[in-house]
Amino acid sequence: MVYRTRYITQGIAKVLIWLAALSTIGVMVLILFQVLAEGLPVLHLRFFLDSPKSMGREGGILPTIVGTFALTVVAILFATPLGVGTAIFLREYTRESRISRLIRFGTDCLAGVPSIIFGLFGFVFFVIYLNMGWSILSGGLTLAAMILPTIISTAEEAIKAIPPSYREVSYSLGGTRWQTVMHTILPSALPGICTGILLSVGRSIGETAAVILTAGSSLLMPTSLFSPIRTMSVHFYILAREGISLKMAYGTGAALILLVLLVNTVANWLLNRYIRRRA
Amino acid sequence: MPPETKIVIKDFNFYYQSVQALRNISLTIHPREIFAIFGPAGSGKTTLLKSLNRLTDLMFGTRHTGTIFLDGANIHGPQTSLTQLRRQIGMVFDLPTPLPLSVFDNVAYGPKLSGATQKGRLAEIVEKALRSAVLWEEVKDRLHTSALRLSGGQQQRLCIARILALEPEVILLDNPCSGLDPISTASIEATLAELKKSYTIILVPHTVQQASRVADRAGFFLNGEVVEEGPVYQIFTRPKDKRTEDYVTGKFG
Repeated sequence: MVYRTRYITQGIAKVLIWLAALSTIGVMVLILFQVLAEGLPVLHLRFFLDSPKSMGREGGILPTIVGTFALTVVAILFATPLGVGTAIFLREYTRESRISRLIRFGTDCLAGVPSIIFGLFGFVFFVIYLNMGWSILSGGLTLAAMILPTIISTAEEAIKAIPPSYREVSYSLGGTRWQTVMHTILPSALPGICTGILLSVGRSIGETAAVILTAGSSLLMPTSLFSPIRTMSVHFYILAREGISLKMAYGTGAALILLVLLVNTVANWLLNRYIRRRA
Repeated sequence: MPPETKIVIKDFNFYYQSVQALRNISLTIHPREIFAIFGPAGSGKTTLLKSLNRLTDLMFGTRHTGTIFLDGANIHGPQTSLTQLRRQIGMVFDLPTPLPLSVFDNVAYGPKLSGATQKGRLAEIVEKALRSAVLWEEVKDRLHTSALRLSGGQQQRLCIARILALEPEVILLDNPCSGLDPISTASIEATLAELKKSYTIILVPHTVQQASRVADRAGFFLNGEVVEEGPVYQIFTRPKDKRTEDYVTGKFG
């Protein structure tokens, strides 16, 4: 009798777990399929290399690709040193104290703030108050603030996961705290830190609300950090929202998906190589 | 003439928060001897070793009273450089602790931190250290593969080589054979006998038998106190204290 109930429970659990996994894959495939089916026919080499014509009804999306890259790079360049530095401070330079709890509380709050609020803050602070205008810099800094909590917490987790013996060994060999961080902590935490950066890259590329408010929606090719730009996500949003061209919107969406896929693949390949070299 | 001294520990007490781990320890270690610290788990052996190179400084909420002298200088004195002290007193831990680096980079880690960057010089240091730890012949063809791929015994000798590369004066070994098979243990013990010629060694042995095999003198620790110390032949054959006798004869522990 007991055997039978156990057998049935086992069976139900198996079905449910398979169902969960399959529906996840199902949703993913459905979205990808829809966007790619509509968008792939638009993707020709010209689409990637031309500037948009007549508000994006025709032509390509080159300036938005450049804009997306520029914005993401600026965001990562600002957020990574700040975030990793904070994580190192929390893990290696201080013990649990009022300050560390305050920092963690702050980052947790920051992580829960909707992106449009970051956009508003960026608009008021960077665009208007610091007079940086709608620009790559304003948008990049806003995104940096937005992804900072992710980078801090993933870096902190990565550092926490390092065996304590590594630290002891480094110190017992006469290492200073800074040398221990540079030669042992950071190299060991690098894969985890990179995962956080990758997540942040994904979020930056996909962000729309915060970017419209801080980087603008210019279709011109940017010439400096102070140029306004339109990212691919914003382009997609405007094309679809304002009914300019659904066809081109899907094209942009497909290009965006391929881009994210490419970034992730290359990054994973590099990471795996790094991990294999150390193991 | 009194015998030379390398380390003198005087009335040393150590506390983790409110727990006292060491009580009134007074010990003298002579140059180029192997001194064994043995006793049941929790008797303060590791705490004493970590106090000697001040790795205990890394832990929060600890304090100590009493003094420790290395070559006559107080290791807690203001003139003592912490990094210098740790280079002089190298430590090998109970489980092998290779860093996730190549064999070469593990041994070169310490010298690099102290400023040795010249490739040729580093290669010399690494080879010499690996030879002294009796590991060179086994790893000379795979210096640039990951140290994590070595066997347990090899990893532990690598850890010994890693501190030898800093040319220390004292080597602390915290039960270095705890995770090793008898053959690896024998190779570590042979290495120790070789190292004794040039270094002062403080060893927490894996077993009482190991202490009697390799050590010159020994101290029996119980509940943070030194119950008895003396030459091994005396401690293991004619212990003065009843508790020591019970421990070495296997009545408890």
